[in-house]
Amino acid sequence: MVPISHILILAGMIFALGVVCVFAHRNILMILIGVEIMLNAAGLAFVAGSMRWGMPEGQIFVLFLMAMAASEVSVGLALVVYLHKRKRSVNIDDFNEMKD
Amino acid sequence: MLLQTGFIYFATVIVVCALMVITRKNPVHSVLFMLPLFFHVAGIFIMLNAEFVAAVQVLVYAGAIMVLFLFVVMLLNIQKERVRPRVGLKWTFTAPLGLTLFGFLVAILVRSQYNGTQGSFTIEAVKQIGNSQAIGQVLYTDFLFPFEVASVILLVAMVGAIVLAKKRLD
Repeated sequence: MVPISHILILAGMIFALGVVCVFAHRNILMILIGVEIMLNAAGLAFVAGSMRWGMPEGQIFVLFLMAMAASEVSVGLALVVYLHKRKRSVNIDDFNEMKD
Repeated sequence: MLLQTGFIYFATVIVVCALMVITRKNPVHSVLFMLPLFFHVAGIFIMLNAEFVAAVQVLVYAGAIMVLFLFVVMLLNIQKERVRPRVGLKWTFTAPLGLTLFGFLVAILVRSQYNGTQGSFTIEAVKQIGNSQAIGQVLYTDFLFPFEVASVILLVAMVGAIVLAKKRLD
């Protein structure tokens, strides 16, 4: 059995990489991808806890997390398409005003 | 021993894929590198005796979210990220930021104690009725209300995405 600390360290590593992805890119799509990577890391930590303590709640919560991630990504990408239609750009520095 | 080797393989591939995702300039390459990442996370789920969650991970992440990202990247026809003086932070700043965050997380993990009572959802108990049935029994009894709320959230997201992405009719 893999010890839980190894899995939590791996989850922490993936989470840190997701944070770097959010901060390093100016492309909205890359920022959304970074959020997805962070959500995956959180799910990994939940499943590891579920295994360690023998509770089903961790796995159930990952299912809700996936439903949330799917809805977040669909609305986020619809917003990206909408913004690209208005400004012809996906660079986040171009969206610096509320009126057009 | 086999489990340890498998874990090291999955962890290495996940970290390398995540690094490739955040360093590629072309968004299409980044999205495609997310695919092995999600599959290997599903592999670790299987190692942790969470077969149902692993199947849902492949279906939702590798199947739906990945295709959605690829569809939008190709629909918008985004070329490489334009090089321009940018407001954002550079690698020289973001890499130490990530390392510091990781250091904090490891410091917390090293000091934490894994106490607490053991639940009844053990590997032997789950093996008797199967992982999907064990999860379904809890999901449709104790978590019925959150389950319904999740379905409403998905409906709202679907309507919102259609309203945002449709063409104006006027």
